Amino acid sequence: MLDQSYYRKVDEIIESYGKKSSSLIPIMQDIQEEYRYLPGELLTYVAGQIGITEAKAYSVATFYENFSFEAKGKYVIKVCDGTACHVRKSMPVLEALYKKLGLSKKKKTTDDMMFTVETVSCLGACGLAPTMMVNEDVHPRMTPEKAEEVIEKLRGGGDA
Amino acid sequence: MIQTKEALAQVREDAKKTLGSYDCRILVCSGTGCIATGSEKIYEKFLEITKDAPGVVLEFAPHEQGAHVGVKKTGCQGICELGPLVRIQKGDQAIQYTKVQPEDCEEIFKSSVQGDEVVERLLYRQNDTVYKKPEEIPFIAKQTRLVLENCGKFDAESLDEYIASGGFKALEKAMFELTPEQIIDEVDKSGLRGRGGGGFPAGRKWKQVAGQKETVRYVVCNGDEGDPGAFMDGSVMEGDPYRLIEGMMIAAYAVKARDGYIYVRAEYPMSVKRLRHAIAELEERGLLGDNILGSDFCFHMHINRGAGAFVCGEGSALTASIEGNRGMPRVKPPRTVEKGLWEKPTVLNNVETYANVPKIVLNGADWYRGYGTEGSPGTKTFSLTGSIQNTGLIEVPMGTTLREIIFDIGGGLKGGAKFKAVQIGGPSGGCLTEEHLDVPLDFDSVKKYGAIVGSGGLVVMDEHTCMVEVARFFMSFTQRESCGKCVPCREGTKRMLEILEKIVAGKGTLEDLDRLEELGEMVKNMALCGLGKSAPLPVLSTLRLFRKEYEEHIVDHKCRAKVCQAMKTYVIDPELCKGCSKCAKNCPVGAITGELKKPFTIDPQKCIHCGACKENCAFGAVHIED
Repeated sequence: MLDQSYYRKVDEIIESYGKKSSSLIPIMQDIQEEYRYLPGELLTYVAGQIGITEAKAYSVATFYENFSFEAKGKYVIKVCDGTACHVRKSMPVLEALYKKLGLSKKKKTTDDMMFTVETVSCLGACGLAPTMMVNEDVHPRMTPEKAEEVIEKLRGGGDA
Repeated sequence: MIQTKEALAQVREDAKKTLGSYDCRILVCSGTGCIATGSEKIYEKFLEITKDAPGVVLEFAPHEQGAHVGVKKTGCQGICELGPLVRIQKGDQAIQYTKVQPEDCEEIFKSSVQGDEVVERLLYRQNDTVYKKPEEIPFIAKQTRLVLENCGKFDAESLDEYIASGGFKALEKAMFELTPEQIIDEVDKSGLRGRGGGGFPAGRKWKQVAGQKETVRYVVCNGDEGDPGAFMDGSVMEGDPYRLIEGMMIAAYAVKARDGYIYVRAEYPMSVKRLRHAIAELEERGLLGDNILGSDFCFHMHINRGAGAFVCGEGSALTASIEGNRGMPRVKPPRTVEKGLWEKPTVLNNVETYANVPKIVLNGADWYRGYGTEGSPGTKTFSLTGSIQNTGLIEVPMGTTLREIIFDIGGGLKGGAKFKAVQIGGPSGGCLTEEHLDVPLDFDSVKKYGAIVGSGGLVVMDEHTCMVEVARFFMSFTQRESCGKCVPCREGTKRMLEILEKIVAGKGTLEDLDRLEELGEMVKNMALCGLGKSAPLPVLSTLRLFRKEYEEHIVDHKCRAKVCQAMKTYVIDPELCKGCSKCAKNCPVGAITGELKKPFTIDPQKCIHCGACKENCAFGAVHIED
């Protein structure tokens, strides 16, 4: 059970977009931004509030890649595997991160909830390929070594 | 508040005066690329340096007298590869600095802002020539910038600067000198075609919407630039958001729409931020909302963020997403112009298309037709990436050849490598090779060669790129992004991907190639939406142009680009091997044997090509055989 503060926050978010079915996606985006994932209970609550069925809410939430029902780490690292990054060797960067953090395609988040590693199709900074994004910061010209350094810095609590 | 034509003219006068009062402007590039290389720090540093300098003001505001220096964040200055980029602008004269570091700022300020010297080591260099002025750098000199005109030259977050540069003159003309019909006619005559990939004439679309019986209409902008390797629209939204909005306002005025939506990719936080800022500013100053410029034209703008579905770049999927549904395309007709957003007639164009509109309205269709080709007038932005010397954002007239783009503007291939192919149009496009270097890039010519201009991603590939792997890469992208609604796309892409994975793993057969072709044609002809229809294009195009490479993978188990892991034959050089046994210990399948202190050997029958031996050898004795 989530405590009342979650519901109060969600009420605020719903309020800002209005109780209508077209608000569903922006509401889910804001909830996810707040909690780094989309708690199922809250989605059910939102569906009731904006007047759509729970099934509809889930069908939309599961369609879009950005929504996650599992809690993500404090730092969400998206390694770009767009065309430009791919031909400039982005996969070794991903492998290095997996290795360093003990993650894989299946296990995306570290047990201490610090890091989530995912891939993304293009960050729009192709000129600096290969790139990766840590939360909202784009890191240019990555190499496996640089990726490891970024992890070290984040672990140390600094801004990478 | 800007409530009348006269008030707008006054704001323009004042803003021009303020701009003219700056003796010098320090323009720090704040495109996504430069921010990634640290341009925010450069901006902060310049703020710090200029803070206490005498006669220096930082904000865009009228000032009494004395020397004025403005420090501004601009949109993409173009040469992303060499960021952070800084321009020092004095009157008409500008100096372009590249790869600026915080420790360089002091020197730049002393030499080029306070003095009239240049810091030579930070200038752009090509073939031993040093370039001072941005407009002389070959990368920029050979471009024609209409849409990107302001990008990199002014503060992307300042409405006043946009107005001073002539912004909203086109809207004014549209509202007070032209009728809606005349606006649509002008856009129609200009021959402006949709820049999102389809190339459908924008004027015709507008005309169809204007002709509908239903009076509630919408204007929607597709900013869901999802093609991997493309960032043109993102750069326009970041670098000149007001131009996009002005274009949408003109469209809304012409088709009598009251609401507009911009659908932006979630991966572009900077675009969302700048657009939100721009809309808030316009609302506050009265240029968006009810009774714009004292007329009865009312227009409200909304921003929707995408949620990570590539298929939402397709029109009917995009509108479904705005409505709060799963972003899935639907059967057409009815087309979006009849039943689009909320089943109402909708003008749906992409970012670059709208950004072209203000200039067309202001200067007329004939002026616009002066650029580009007969069938594809105007310019096109491309993002130039991959194995190229100068990566970045470019804009050239339609009909420019690949050779000019890659060798004149792009400066040739990285490290002088040999050109192999260019992938154009992203996962919906195809490849062009050496023999196509002189084909004019316009909507119709490129199509003849089995590729599309698409939204404008150009990924240059050299001999180190394996075309089979590239085809597999694109297929895995479209397969993952298939929405699953129609069978040909959902199942067809999956089967095609399986075959490609088989070939890359060295387990393909020659029959597989025929099957790939057959499946590809089937998906192309039968998929429901444009994305599905074009999904097989990268495979079909590489099969046609590089069939030999596919055959080598299958028959000879050879990847000439040495990319495919399974084709690599690992051998130990007996000269270099010290017999330490580290490789044998790391081999997961026990394929390496030998006696300590004597050269070890790899059993090719057991080897699974994982590369663990090579990675762990301290003496560089393991290598891949040619």
